[in-house]
Amino acid sequence: MLSVKDINVYYGAIHALKGVSFEIKGGEIVTLIGANGAGKSTILKTISGLLKPKSGTIEFAGQPIHGKVAQEIVKRGMSHCPEGRRVFANMSVEENLELGAFLRNDKKGIAEDLESVYVRFPRLRERSKQMAGTLSGGEQQMLAMGRALMARPKLLLLDEPSMGLAPLLVREIFNIVQEINKSGTTVLLVEQNANMALSIAHRAYVIETGKIVLAGAAQELASSDEIKKAYLGG
Amino acid sequence: MTFDYIVQQLINGISIGSIYALIALGYTMVYGIIKLINFAHGDVFFVGAYTGYFTAKAGLGLILSLIIAMAVCALLGVIIERLAYRPLRNAARIVILITAIGVSFLLENLGIVTLGAQAQGFPDIVNKSTYTLWGDVTIDSIQLIVLVVTVVLMAVLQYVVHRTKIGKAMRAVSFDMEAARLMGINVDTTISATFAIGSALAGAAGVVFAIMYPSVDPLMGVIPGLKAFVAAVLGGIGIIPGALVGGLLLGVVETGVQSIPGMSLWRDGVAFAILILILIFKPTGLFGKNVREKV
Ligand SMILES: Nc1ncnc2c1ncn2[C@@H]1O[C@H](COP(=O)(O)OP(=O)(O)O)[C@@H](O)[C@H]1O
Ligand SMILES: [Mg+2]
Repeated sequence: MLSVKDINVYYGAIHALKGVSFEIKGGEIVTLIGANGAGKSTILKTISGLLKPKSGTIEFAGQPIHGKVAQEIVKRGMSHCPEGRRVFANMSVEENLELGAFLRNDKKGIAEDLESVYVRFPRLRERSKQMAGTLSGGEQQMLAMGRALMARPKLLLLDEPSMGLAPLLVREIFNIVQEINKSGTTVLLVEQNANMALSIAHRAYVIETGKIVLAGAAQELASSDEIKKAYLGG
Repeated sequence: MTFDYIVQQLINGISIGSIYALIALGYTMVYGIIKLINFAHGDVFFVGAYTGYFTAKAGLGLILSLIIAMAVCALLGVIIERLAYRPLRNAARIVILITAIGVSFLLENLGIVTLGAQAQGFPDIVNKSTYTLWGDVTIDSIQLIVLVVTVVLMAVLQYVVHRTKIGKAMRAVSFDMEAARLMGINVDTTISATFAIGSALAGAAGVVFAIMYPSVDPLMGVIPGLKAFVAAVLGGIGIIPGALVGGLLLGVVETGVQSIPGMSLWRDGVAFAILILILIFKPTGLFGKNVREKV
């Protein structure tokens, strides 16, 4: 589904990604874990076309997409739900969801997907006319995910969906990620909450200062001593 | 000072205020989307006025003149953005601000060179007649036209911004450009559309202002442009309803001050006094929130 080969990404003089390679197969949940500042968000932004890699290639569904603008990549079936939710606070919940379907013209399909987002997130239906800025953090996260789903993506990129949420809500969000995956969407999940991420992912990559340092099945990584020490708090 | 006199001044104030509001919308929409005070905006206004002057001389009526002036200005706005501002999208803000001032001087001086510095009388394309509403209160046909044009354009703008895809894209881009990109919104197209709409409104304002005055000259946009900028700041720059209210309020206050015996020379000073006061006491404007919500 997605194949990233040896990408290098810079912010001016800062070398943020140093030859990162990994891949995701259709149907998987793959998680990228790593400390704050490791380069996780940079990877997602590069895949979704917000940043251009200086070198390396990215293939999505068999087609090269590096160097393409974000709009092109959304059109090919990838949604990026960004860190910090980034909902349009000055617009209603429903308008936010409609914006998620910006590139689609199939009115009927959009209406169906809106309905299924409301079924998945009943609280969004209750608040559909409310301004997104007035939602709680958890509701905003649900809105951001619902908005990303409105593009009917084959691959969903999720950047720290659990950030700043109470433990109970974190559990709920992760359950929903699992459901989304079961209903056929491939997921690339970035998390600092490694425990949770490893508990729902099939495979995982560990990233440190712009490099992938470990890769493997999520369960194996979850039980490895090295990971436990560095990321799972002992 | 009688009640009728006050109502009369209110009518006069609202009609000049409508023109400020139309121009202010362009300032505020462009600021909302790329955080630039487009100082060339007042000159788009003069281009609109001249376009109307030429179409009127060619014998076209009011409506056609308005439409052509709006189209020409929309195109001009898009070209200015494309050539002058887009290459600087990631430059420091002061760089683009200085560029905007440069574009303004360029348009003004091109105007002087090609059209002459002399003011030209605007052809009569509307029959000027005055209607008595009651007692001493009157409204003339030009004021009526200004009001109708403003109301119609506001309604269209409201529809475009809230109901159409491009309007939603404009609101999304002005709130969060990167998140808008992730929705698949083409940010460049959206910014172009914003310049087109804002400039078209200035073009319409230029035509009705020239009819009211009734003359055109290449520097005619400077003072109304600055006042409209004040109106936009007064309402809260970046906020569309703010521009409307700011423009009307400025028009009314200015006319009010002018109508006080002995104060008529203060008319132009009022706008700048308001600007200073608002910057001291409420820099975010009447409709502005003090903090921008962002998680
Ligand atoms: N816009 C930026 N400009 C400069 N440096 C940045 C920018 N965004 C991120 N960085 C740097 O790139 C590195 C990786 O950041 P990021 O991908 O956000 O990390 P993570 O998501 O893993 O916390 C960090 O050192 C960060 O400081
Ligand atoms: Mg991050």
